[in-house]
Amino acid sequence: MKNHVMKAPVVKTLGHLLLLAACVPGAAHAALKVFACEPEWGALVKEIGGEQVSVYTATTAMQDPHQIQARPSLIARARNADLLVCTGAELEIGWLPVILGESGNPAIQPGQPGQFFAANYVAMLEKPAALDRSAGDVHAGGNPHIQTDPRNFTRVGAALVHNMAQLDPEQAAFYQARWKDFSTRWQAAIARWEAQAAPLRGVPVVVQHKAFPYLQNWLGLKEVAVLEPKPGVEPSLASLAAVKAQLARAPARMVIRAVYQPARPSEWIAREADLKQVALPFTVGGDAQANDLFGLFDDTINRLLAGGS
Amino acid sequence: MLRPSLMAAALAVALPALSANAHADADLDALRVELQEMKSTYEARIQALEKRLEAAESQAGTAQIQAEAAQSQAQAAQAQAEQAAARPSEPTRSNAFNPDISLILQGRYSYLEDGADRSITGYLPTGVEDLVRGFSVDESELVLSASVDPYFRGQLNAVLVDDSVEIEEAWFQTLGLGHGLSIKGGRFKSAIGYQNEQHPHAWDFATNNLVYEALFGEGYVEDGLQLKWLAPTDIFLEFGTEFGDGGRFPSTEHDSNGFSSYTLFGHVGGDVGASNSWRAGLSYLHADPQGRPFEGSDLNDVGVTGEFSGTSRTWLADFVWKWAPEGNATQQNFKFAAEYFQRSESGELSCNDAGADPSLCSGGITGSYSADNQSGFYAQGVYQFMPRWRVGYRYDQLFRGDVTFNGADAGTTLASLADYKPHRNTLMVDYSPSEFSRLRLQYQLDEAHQGLTESQYFVQYIYSLGSHGAHKF
Repeated sequence: MKNHVMKAPVVKTLGHLLLLAACVPGAAHAALKVFACEPEWGALVKEIGGEQVSVYTATTAMQDPHQIQARPSLIARARNADLLVCTGAELEIGWLPVILGESGNPAIQPGQPGQFFAANYVAMLEKPAALDRSAGDVHAGGNPHIQTDPRNFTRVGAALVHNMAQLDPEQAAFYQARWKDFSTRWQAAIARWEAQAAPLRGVPVVVQHKAFPYLQNWLGLKEVAVLEPKPGVEPSLASLAAVKAQLARAPARMVIRAVYQPARPSEWIAREADLKQVALPFTVGGDAQANDLFGLFDDTINRLLAGGS
Repeated sequence: MLRPSLMAAALAVALPALSANAHADADLDALRVELQEMKSTYEARIQALEKRLEAAESQAGTAQIQAEAAQSQAQAAQAQAEQAAARPSEPTRSNAFNPDISLILQGRYSYLEDGADRSITGYLPTGVEDLVRGFSVDESELVLSASVDPYFRGQLNAVLVDDSVEIEEAWFQTLGLGHGLSIKGGRFKSAIGYQNEQHPHAWDFATNNLVYEALFGEGYVEDGLQLKWLAPTDIFLEFGTEFGDGGRFPSTEHDSNGFSSYTLFGHVGGDVGASNSWRAGLSYLHADPQGRPFEGSDLNDVGVTGEFSGTSRTWLADFVWKWAPEGNATQQNFKFAAEYFQRSESGELSCNDAGADPSLCSGGITGSYSADNQSGFYAQGVYQFMPRWRVGYRYDQLFRGDVTFNGADAGTTLASLADYKPHRNTLMVDYSPSEFSRLRLQYQLDEAHQGLTESQYFVQYIYSLGSHGAHKF
C-alpha cells in the first residue's frame, strides 16, 4: 500500500517532465515541422507553407535516392516531424522503414495524415507486368521518379495542401491561398516550358538510368536506349558496346543522366556514338540554377534544348 | 483518328469513377472491373497501333515523323486511361495483407586445419558451435514483418538449420506512444553495442569478431521488454533499458517470476557535413547466471566440465563512422567501426572430469571464481573503392584480466583460463553483383587459442530473396 502512495506522484511528475520536454522546442509559435525525403517535396512544401513551415530535407540531389543510409540524424529529425513527405512507390524502401520504426513518432506512421506519399496521387508509368528481380531493381508500384514532369506537382500539391491544412487548421486558409497562387504561376510556367520545349518533341535520346519516363512522356522525347542493362545495374563494357551498335543503326541526339550518377558511362557513349551529354539537375539543388521548383524546370529545359540542337 | 475516342472514353470513365467514392463498394467493384476491361482494350489497341507504327518506321523515312506523333498521342492517351483507372485502384486481393517476407540464403566453403581447438583462451566458453571444414550451409533466415494495427508492428526472424527451427527474434513494437517512446516486447536482439542488433548476413566479415564471440557467442538476445526514449533534439540521442529472462550467454534462464538480466544503453549520433555520419554508444549488461555450463581443459590438456553461478557485468563502448562523397554511397564509401568492452564476473565455479580420464578437477572442485577487468576490442574498416567491390580489414584483441579460481590464478589449474592475449587479423574482399547478392573471400589469421596460429580461408555467399529489407545504420 505504502508503495502505491509513493509511486503515483513520481509517475505523474515523470509524465509531466516528458510532456514538457516534448512541448518546449515548439512552444513559442508552432511552425509545422516537415520531414521531406527528397528535395523536390521539401521545395513544394515551402511553396505552400512559406514561413509557417520548417522543412528538413533528408537527402540531396547529389545522392542516389535508392541508396540512402538510415542515418541517426534522420531518425532524430523524424522524431519531431508533424508531416513526412516522401515519393513512395518503394523508392525509400531501403531506409524509411527503419526511420519510421525508430522515430517513436506516431504522427508519421502509416495511415496517419502526417504520412504523405506523392506517388499515390499521380498516374504511375512503367508498372511492371511481372515482378521478378531478374529484371533488376524494379518497383512494383511503377517508376518512382515522378518529379521530372511538372504536371505531377499540380496533382501532388493539391493533395498535400489538404493534409497540411488538416494538420495545422489555424493556417489552413494561408496554405490554400499560397497554393492557389503557386498553382496559377505553375500552370503559366508549364505552358511556357511546353512552348520552349516544342522542338524537343520526337527527339531520340539515350538515358543512363530509367530515371526520366515522366519527363519523356511530358515533352515527347523518344527514349531509344538505356545504358544500364537492367534498372540499378551499372553499365558494363558489353552493355555499352551493345548500345553503341544499336545507335549506329538508329542514331540518337543526346545522352541524359541525373547529376548524382557517375559521368563515365555517358562520356563513353557520347564519344563513341557522337552524342551530346546532358546532365540534368533531377531535383532541386542539382545545380546552381535549380534552386527552386521553377529553376529546376527552367534549367532542365535549357539543358535539353542545348543538347537537342 | 483513334485519339478523340480514347480521350472521351477515358474522361467518361474518370468522372463517374471519382464520384463513385461515395457509393457502395459493390458499385465500386463493378466500376473497377469495367475500368480494367477498358484499360486492357486500350492497351491492346495501342499495342496494335505501335506495331503498325514500327512497321511504318522501317518502311519509309517520311512516315516516321507521323508515326512518332501518333505514338506520342497514343502514349498520352494511355497515360490518361491509366490515370482514370488509377484513381480508385486500391488493392482488392485478400492476400494483400500478407506480411513482407524475405529469405536469406547463405553458405560457405572453409579451408581449416584438422581438429584444431579454437576455443578462446582465458575466457569461459559461450558454447556456440565451432567452424565447419569444407562446404557448409549457414543459417537460412526467414523474416516476416508487418504492421499489426495502427498501434503495433511485429517481426519474426526464424533461423532454419538442420533438424531445427530456431526463433532468433519474435517481437512487437509500439508505434503510437509518442514523445519518442517505444516499447519492444518478445524476443529481440538487444540494442547494446553496435554490431549486436545485426544479423550475421549483415556483418562485414564472414566470421564474428572476438569481442562478440567471447562475450555472447553470436550476439545478446533477450526474452523480455525493451523501453527506449529518443530525445527531442536535432542530434540523435536515445536511451533505453531492457530486462528479461533470455537465457543466452552470459545469462541463464531462471525458474523465477523475476528477470535474470537487464541492460542500460545510450546512443548519440549525427552528421558532419553531407559526407560524414557517425554514432557512438555506451551500454551495460548485468546478468545473474545460475548453473551456466562450462567446458575447458586442465594443465595436462584433459577435458573438464562444470558450472558457473554468480554475477556478470559487462560495459560496452561502440563507435561507427561512415563516409561517402556528398553522402552518395553508390560509387565509393568507407565505414569504420570499433567496440571496446570491460567485463567482470564473480561467483562460484565447479569443475569435474569431462570424460573417463582423471583431471586436476577429479572428484569435483567447487570454489570461488572471479574474473576482473576482462577487456578487449575490435576495430574494422571497410572500403568500397568502386561500385560492387569492397575490401575490409579487422583486428581483434582480448585481454584476460585477473582470473582467480579457488584463491589462486585460474591458469594454475585450468589451461583454458591461462593468461593469454587472444588476437586475430582478418582480411576480406567482397563483390556484390546487386543489392541482393554478395560473394566474399576472406583470410583470417587466428591466434585466439594459446598455441594456435591458424590460417583460415573462407568463400561465402549471401543471397536475399523476396521483400527488400531495410538495414540499420
